Amino acid sequence: MLTISLSQFLIVAAILFTLGVAGIVLNHKNIIIVLMSVELILLSVNINLVAFSAFLGDLTGQVFALFILTVAAAEAAIGLAILVCYYRNRGSIAIDDINMMKG
Amino acid sequence: MGGTALFFYLFSTVMIGAAFMVISSRNPVHSVLFLILAFFNAAGLFVLLGAEFLAMILVVVYVGAVAVLFLFVVMMLDVDFAELEKGFWQYLPVGGTLVLVVLIEVALSVGAWSIGPISIANVATPMPPGMTNTMALGRVLYTQYFYLFQAAGFILLTAMIGAIVLTLRHKVGVKRQNVAMQNARTPAEAVEVRKVASRQGI
Repeated sequence: MLTISLSQFLIVAAILFTLGVAGIVLNHKNIIIVLMSVELILLSVNINLVAFSAFLGDLTGQVFALFILTVAAAEAAIGLAILVCYYRNRGSIAIDDINMMKG
Repeated sequence: MGGTALFFYLFSTVMIGAAFMVISSRNPVHSVLFLILAFFNAAGLFVLLGAEFLAMILVVVYVGAVAVLFLFVVMMLDVDFAELEKGFWQYLPVGGTLVLVVLIEVALSVGAWSIGPISIANVATPMPPGMTNTMALGRVLYTQYFYLFQAAGFILLTAMIGAIVLTLRHKVGVKRQNVAMQNARTPAEAVEVRKVASRQGI
């Protein structure tokens, strides 16, 4: 079907995953970039699932990629809503300031 | 090497470059725009893999909804982003080492992946021949995975209600329409008939 092998897709997804992890580690003060890095990680997981689905001839991978897309959209909406709510209360979005629930 | 390989390398290179710019860009608006570019190229990879429906969903849902939501939030919040990127260079050695280790581990484990005959034999829902991707996906999604599909709908409903509840603010001192009170009015209590004498007024 393809001249590209499965492991090439897997390695591309792995590079994307590590870039997402790097984004979380390096930009750990900016919560918007952290949320975007989580989106990148979920995208790499989706690439893995779709690649396996295509190379195995199994539709289940694509169905689960669809559910991951759903959950990722819900996660982004809730995360950004919490972010807006937090910004109204504190006037800042630095992660270091998020300690109101520490007691 | 054919057109497929060329497009694979094009899409994956641009996607990885865009993902790198997402995490290294100074301006969060640029980050969101590079995120959109990465999603477009991932959609191209999905088309190469024969998953057209997911590619279109990725463009419509991610680029059309999620990325634009990010863009609105970034533009709405007036944040000093220079303050937030202070730890970037400080954490680069630790983060770089960690990421390199993870990348090497994952690449070693998946680099020589080959699909054995047992996993081919145990396919759960094989792709039906002579059917478009969207049609095949719909046939599986609405039958075999119907309960999961309903659960996904409930997740989206919960997220919608949660986002509205979190961000909605009722301002005090705003006059609102009370529909129940309006519907409860009857002519008997709303209209009063009076006899007015001529040249007298009420």
